[in-house]
Amino acid sequence: MAAPAAELKPVVKFLKRHADGRPYLEGHKCEACGTVFIGERSVCSKCFARDRIRAVELPNRGTLYAYSIIHRSYPGVEVPFVSAVVDVEGGGTLKGNLMGVKPDPKTIEMGMPVEIVYGDAGRTDAEGHHYLAYFFKPAAR
Amino acid sequence: MTDVYVVGTDMIRFGRFPDRTVPQLGAEAALMALDDAGLTIRDMEALYCGNLGEASAMVGQRILHEIGQTGIPVVNCANACATGATAFREGWIAIKAGLYDLVLAVGVEKMGRGLLGADRKADGIPTEGLLGSGTMPTVFATLGMEHTRKHGTTFEQFAKISVKNHWHSTMNAKAMYQIETPLEEVMGAEMISYPNTKLMCSVNVDGSAAAVLCSEKKAKELGLMGRAVKVRASVMTSDPYTERDLTMPDFNTCTQLAAKKAYEMAGLSPKDLDLVELHDCFATAEILHYGNLGLCEEGEAGALIDRKDTYLGGRIPVNVSGGLLSKGHPLGATGIANVYEVTTHLRGEAGKRQVEDARIGLTHVVGMGNACAIHILEKVD
Repeated sequence: MAAPAAELKPVVKFLKRHADGRPYLEGHKCEACGTVFIGERSVCSKCFARDRIRAVELPNRGTLYAYSIIHRSYPGVEVPFVSAVVDVEGGGTLKGNLMGVKPDPKTIEMGMPVEIVYGDAGRTDAEGHHYLAYFFKPAAR
Repeated sequence: MTDVYVVGTDMIRFGRFPDRTVPQLGAEAALMALDDAGLTIRDMEALYCGNLGEASAMVGQRILHEIGQTGIPVVNCANACATGATAFREGWIAIKAGLYDLVLAVGVEKMGRGLLGADRKADGIPTEGLLGSGTMPTVFATLGMEHTRKHGTTFEQFAKISVKNHWHSTMNAKAMYQIETPLEEVMGAEMISYPNTKLMCSVNVDGSAAAVLCSEKKAKELGLMGRAVKVRASVMTSDPYTERDLTMPDFNTCTQLAAKKAYEMAGLSPKDLDLVELHDCFATAEILHYGNLGLCEEGEAGALIDRKDTYLGGRIPVNVSGGLLSKGHPLGATGIANVYEVTTHLRGEAGKRQVEDARIGLTHVVGMGNACAIHILEKVD
């Protein structure tokens, strides 16, 4: 499957690459109140400051805030999987798949540290392009 | 400003009507509500119509094409699952403003089957199951898990909500289903998004409901006060900024804010309520709103359902109609169907599921995006 990493297209706009090709997630931080948003914007919806938003690189660390285990999704979507909401260290909240855990509520601990990792999405578009996605996995404490 | 009264209301039995159009379903409820008030479309000064699926297709006007083209202004509303309540509230606002004395609010929806929730697909590839899940069962399951995290709420407690609402619906001839579902059956049903099993998800049905709203002066003039129900509060909120809202929609804060404003407007507290119809789109959602609406202390929701306090006959009956879980959830109709349910109890006309001596009831809906609408209704002496 995997095309060379550099050829993978980012699956979402806030997934960026450094000049050397290393992927990272981009947040947008309000310099007036410190809130970190996912996705580009020019006005802060918390403090309403205008033109005080700057792009920041999000750290690849966070904690699991909440999750659900999905057993039925749209046709063709492989189940089960864990849909996780992760608070990124320093601000910002992401949703993504939590990998490397059993899809069993007994084994998933809310509040546990997670790491953000990158890899082939495993899906292609109509033209056969491969995509780069982000995932969560449990991190050492 | 005048007080506003519901002087007529009704709903069709929720179900699946593949051979009927959205305007036809809306027209049926509209005529039923007019009949309930003893009025005709000729008496209506405006129509407020709630529908989501055909939001760009002038459903309100098409209802008038079915029941009477009087030339009145029509406002078509779309506000996710708060659509019907939004239409009702627009009518309330117009009467409050003194613009009209009599208006009609109609909510109607035809639903497909299966999972709701849009997959992002603008360019590239679908992200469902890749970047988590955006299905409605997942959205509300994740909120349920947040409740578990904060308050220790269990899968079994969430499931008990479904047992209750399915039991309630056995007493409601207008509910989609009238089938009891014991706890083992609810918990053992196909898991959709943990902790919501299939029997803990609302039913996609077609349906319509309507209400005639009236100013105090006109209601007295027409002799309609006998079965009238007073709107003590009408409140709507959107989602104020909270930390995770844009990733994990926060239906708690907008509900808490709406509830606070509604109790203030009505000069009432949660203790004054005799019944509540709240937005149980999933079993997990009902648990959240017990605390949000002040029916119990924050974090006590699990104990509330364990004690059966929200059952018919309990301290504060919730969703005696069967709720969205069993009566069904035709998005645009739901908000007005809630008004019908509470009004029916305040009139003492709810039959087997009648909440005894009901004087004050609250309706609540949330729409993802977010919108929250709350109405408090009171029996007229």
